[in-house]
Amino acid sequence: MTEQTLFFIFAILAGGGALGVVILQDIVRMAFSLIISLGSTAGLFFLLGADFVAATQLLVYVGGTLVLLIFGVMLTASGPFRRIKMSSGETLLGAAVGLLFFSVIAFTVIGVNWQAVPSHREVATTPSDQSGNTSRAIGMRLVGIPADTEIGLRSDSGSRTGYLLPFEIVSVHLLVVLVGAAYLARAKRRESTDATQGDA
Amino acid sequence: MEVTLNHYLLIGAVMFVSGVVCMATKRNGIAVLMGVELVLNGANVNFVAFARYTNLGLDGQIVSLFVIVLAAAEAAVALAIALNFYNNHQTIDIDQGDRLHG
Repeated sequence: MTEQTLFFIFAILAGGGALGVVILQDIVRMAFSLIISLGSTAGLFFLLGADFVAATQLLVYVGGTLVLLIFGVMLTASGPFRRIKMSSGETLLGAAVGLLFFSVIAFTVIGVNWQAVPSHREVATTPSDQSGNTSRAIGMRLVGIPADTEIGLRSDSGSRTGYLLPFEIVSVHLLVVLVGAAYLARAKRRESTDATQGDA
Repeated sequence: MEVTLNHYLLIGAVMFVSGVVCMATKRNGIAVLMGVELVLNGANVNFVAFARYTNLGLDGQIVSLFVIVLAAAEAAVALAIALNFYNNHQTIDIDQGDRLHG
């Protein structure tokens, strides 16, 4: 009962925040709506028993990425750029395409019989999923040791590489990207600012 | 009424479609970036929901962690580009970025 109540609260906040990002015109209000949506998504992750992913979502997404976005909003939302109007025709067309796209996805989700998927189970059976204490299991999976259900079934667990290589690739990717972003965003002293203003 | 996999998939669908529409219709460059974040989060909801309601193990959660990291990297670079665009064009309206238009 508590889980359902919490699910509906978080679901309404997440969906409503997402819709608010689309519907609102003011960029500052859109940013606030996005914060609500992503924070409620972290709540949904907690409800799904993914505590480590939810904490990462709160720390990295809501705490890092969104602060970055809001800095972008603050640096660019001056005067007329705070709200850029769309024509009503574009708004109608966007709403129609969005509704069509959503109905395609919704009918697909409802139409597929997920019970028939052979790996389906209604309630998580492993204790790590039940208690939501997944950080250790995720770490074991990253280095290739199956810590959850298949631990007894699989004898050749040493041959599995897990997610160590993707983890390293993502780490180096993040490092390179952050160095590149710092290089791109640094304030350049141009002597020809008037020329760029002239032809802009 | 029990919360099932369908509910989470529908929430993910709402976020995904909102993000796509936001990317397609907004003219503010930062708003387009917000649409990208929404799309990635909608996909993440699906990953974590499948990790919970099937016995595919924790792979869905690990993939969603990768998605979060890549989204952070994408936001950093895209914001740097947006700020450079704003410095060069004195506007954030992406319809003005048509200098390569022949």
